[in-house]
Amino acid sequence: MTTKEIFDTMKQYLGNDVIEVVTPDAGDEYIVVNAEKILDVAQFCRDFDEFAFDYLTLLSGIDCGETLGVVYHLFSTKNHNKVVLKAFVPRENPTLHTVERIWRAADWHERETYDMFGIVFQEHHNLIRILCPYDWEGYPLRKDYVAPTEYHGMPV
Amino acid sequence: MGLLNKLDDPYNAGGIVLGVAEDILNWGRAKSNWYMQFGLACCAIEFMAVNAAHFDIMRYGNIPRSSPRQSDYIIISGTVTLKMAERIKILYEQMAEPRYVVSMGSCANSGGPYWKDGYHVLKGIDKILPVDVYIPGCPPRPEAFEEGIIKLQEKIQMQEIFKKRAKIAREDAEKNQSNILTV
Repeated sequence: MTTKEIFDTMKQYLGNDVIEVVTPDAGDEYIVVNAEKILDVAQFCRDFDEFAFDYLTLLSGIDCGETLGVVYHLFSTKNHNKVVLKAFVPRENPTLHTVERIWRAADWHERETYDMFGIVFQEHHNLIRILCPYDWEGYPLRKDYVAPTEYHGMPV
Repeated sequence: MGLLNKLDDPYNAGGIVLGVAEDILNWGRAKSNWYMQFGLACCAIEFMAVNAAHFDIMRYGNIPRSSPRQSDYIIISGTVTLKMAERIKILYEQMAEPRYVVSMGSCANSGGPYWKDGYHVLKGIDKILPVDVYIPGCPPRPEAFEEGIIKLQEKIQMQEIFKKRAKIAREDAEKNQSNILTV
């Protein structure tokens, strides 16, 4: 099943929750998803029999300058299909619903995305920093991040 | 050091060895160095190789201890992140004197590949702990590590215990006296 076919099926069932298919010059084709409807899309991807994307390979963040994004790499152990979903959120208020209830693997991945990009996953049961210390300031993988010169009296 | 002449020996050939107390104490300390069983990053993998049968660090008298209170030295084997640096400092503070620090590999020496753009890496463990031996390499070969251990033994062997204590006591006394005078 190609990404285009997956997109067409999704469009049929979900309507405007999925926006477009993008074919970049390099890398995987991906489907852009409405960030507000990510929970519905994720639920559909897992439970619809033709997809059966039961395995979340990777969830990570991206910084596109004006917007931030979340990337979902899905895999189906039943049909051996894979697909990439992207949801873009505004930089000022980057909030998104968690998919932790759908794929348990999302728990720590979402915490890492929050830690590195400051994207807030609503209704996540334990959204705290996972790699940086709890009192760390800023989100290190954002493009405009400025590294601190000192941390707890230690020069960086 | 020297053996007493057997003929003049009032202890009836008891096999007495004469020596400087400092030398004997240092000999014991240098040849039975217990290190803390503790690893940080990929250097720790190399360090495991030093521990294993082929290189067998135990023949230098190095035994791993799981508690900092029983350890003589600590090996900083890998990248020291700022989060970990605080924990390492706590471990170091729990060790009993005299204690030594061996910095293993580029990351612990200077930050290594993270020295310029690593926002989360301490640029060298010597920023927070007094280092006795630096072992270069990324990661160091087991042979390099063994040489580091020999250097540490040499350093311990050269140390002054009693003179140093007397010197510190004298300096403290002088300092206190001068304080009293100024007050």
